[in-house]
Amino acid sequence: METIEQTAVYEQPQPLIGGKHDYGTITDKISSDVLEKKTPKGLFMAFAVTFSLVMLLLLAVTYLFLKGVGIWGIRIPIAWGFAIVNFVWWIGIGHAGTLISAILLLLHQQWRNSINRFAEAMTLFAVACAGMFPILHLGRPWVFYWIIPMPDTMRLWPNFRSPLVWDVFAVTTYATISLVFWFVGLIPDLATMRDKAAQKWKKIIYGMLAMGWRNSAKHWHRYESAYLLLAGLATPLVVSVHSVVSFDFAVGIVPGWHTTIFPPYFVAGAIYSGFAMVLSLVIPVRKLYHLEDFVTSRHLDYMAKVMLATGLIVAYGYAIETFTAFYSGNRFEHDMMINRMFGPYGPLYWMLILFNIALPQLLWLKKFRQTPWMLFVVSIIVNIGMWLERFVIIVSSLARDFVPSSWAIYIPTKWDWFTFFGTIGFFLTAMILFIRVLPMISIFELRTLLPTSKSNHE
Amino acid sequence: MMSMENSTIHGLMAEFNTADEVLNAAQRASQNGYTKMDAYSPFPVEGLSEAVGFHKTRLPLIVLIAGLFGAVGGYFLQYWAAVIGYPLNIGGRPFHSWPSFIPITFELTVLCAGVTAAVAMIILNGLPMPYHPVFNVAAFERASRDKFFLCIEAADPKFDQSTVENFLKSLHPAEVSVVEK
Repeated sequence: METIEQTAVYEQPQPLIGGKHDYGTITDKISSDVLEKKTPKGLFMAFAVTFSLVMLLLLAVTYLFLKGVGIWGIRIPIAWGFAIVNFVWWIGIGHAGTLISAILLLLHQQWRNSINRFAEAMTLFAVACAGMFPILHLGRPWVFYWIIPMPDTMRLWPNFRSPLVWDVFAVTTYATISLVFWFVGLIPDLATMRDKAAQKWKKIIYGMLAMGWRNSAKHWHRYESAYLLLAGLATPLVVSVHSVVSFDFAVGIVPGWHTTIFPPYFVAGAIYSGFAMVLSLVIPVRKLYHLEDFVTSRHLDYMAKVMLATGLIVAYGYAIETFTAFYSGNRFEHDMMINRMFGPYGPLYWMLILFNIALPQLLWLKKFRQTPWMLFVVSIIVNIGMWLERFVIIVSSLARDFVPSSWAIYIPTKWDWFTFFGTIGFFLTAMILFIRVLPMISIFELRTLLPTSKSNHE
Repeated sequence: MMSMENSTIHGLMAEFNTADEVLNAAQRASQNGYTKMDAYSPFPVEGLSEAVGFHKTRLPLIVLIAGLFGAVGGYFLQYWAAVIGYPLNIGGRPFHSWPSFIPITFELTVLCAGVTAAVAMIILNGLPMPYHPVFNVAAFERASRDKFFLCIEAADPKFDQSTVENFLKSLHPAEVSVVEK
């Protein structure tokens, strides 16, 4: 499949679907990638690596269950190590999916139609990875359900004044609504897969999942109504989730955490890292499956711009955080900031500034926004940068709190790393299985991007 | 409901190539007094459901009720647990410390409303429904690919097979087929 490389002048925006396509060819291309075409070799090779990492995760978790959280590097006062760093990182990554699928829908950003399915799947799997960490961190993970309010023989109820309990509700609601939104979006495409499948067993499986969807106008009416309502509900939800995550810190009194800028700054950071992850995944998959017609350089350009904008909000957050620490006149805040910049974790702080603020400024240049490999490199840098941000916030604040006699240093052990890389493997494995068995681009929404779909009739 | 001579067929179906054609056809059918019909399209076409006589759905109302249920239920859950079931003094705060109850109230509102939106959409649409007569038309599998269909159903009080057939043919469809039950 050939695409026309866009050159020089860019006044006339390139159409959202490249090449020559109609409803039929769009449908055939996306469905046959799943139903008929041979799985690309690259996908098998990637799967071999990511599935090995899943095995590593199982090993790390098994050993954790046998030995307890002592195998990790956490020690008082640094009780929140990798587990919480990774939790916040993963949940943040998920936010881009909801932003793309819900907020951009409400804002009539039609270019989202090419990437929303993919981004929603990413959200689901990222939230699954995020959800593992607090449970593994519990010490007695098998009694995690104690935090769910339910009548039991102990007659205990959770403390609803605690942000940690809010978090449970926020994250489980987020996971559920993301799943529902994703599945509702899939129903018409599952019907397409049912109708396109050649083998009977495939027809049966996709048919069961499509539940007899028959593209009726009356059904579409309710469908659009439900989809819009879900988008409207998911929009404040996604803002609330990372705000609640930030309350886990902001409600505490630890210097470096106790600050009111956390909710907006966490939400911006979440979207920043999420877009970085979408780009890190979309760019290789686009190449592997030859999707350049559907995910055009215009899409990459838009995503890069969102990343740049949210990155600047994050930069503003860092600046205000620093300013407030010095301006407040609070001894502990002041020392926290000096320690964050020049203390034992100082190098990580400067790396974070480099990765999250300095290098992404390259995206001001069109070349970096539209050359896939360059954008890919920048997106990986941002992913690492956002992970460092969470590490710096959590660990450097805890390592040096109020009383110098209790200061300590946190060094992650190999089990910390195994668990972390294990979840990356789990995430990528799930993504690979998803693109192998389900249409990774929303076919019916892509059809609406064709000029002929707009009715001239009155 | 149905007259005897039409009891073996579900209706007559015309196939169109564009969204404009099917929308025009549905509007014409409506003007000609047909009421029991449905249109099928590979993506939502604006105005098509209104043209086949479907104007309002109860879905938003159901979602609103579910959301309110989530809000009231969520708040009550926390109130009951913190004030009646297990009152616990946390840092001297009042048992009924309502600002702390807002986040969970909000989350449960969204949870109930969102899940209800999806479930209500599926149930109101009569799904899951593995069998439906329209699937008997061989070309119909392209409704999920690139074709548009209008089906005037035998249950329509004005339904007469030959009249409807002539009417549908006057709309210049690609094909008109009989939908077997």
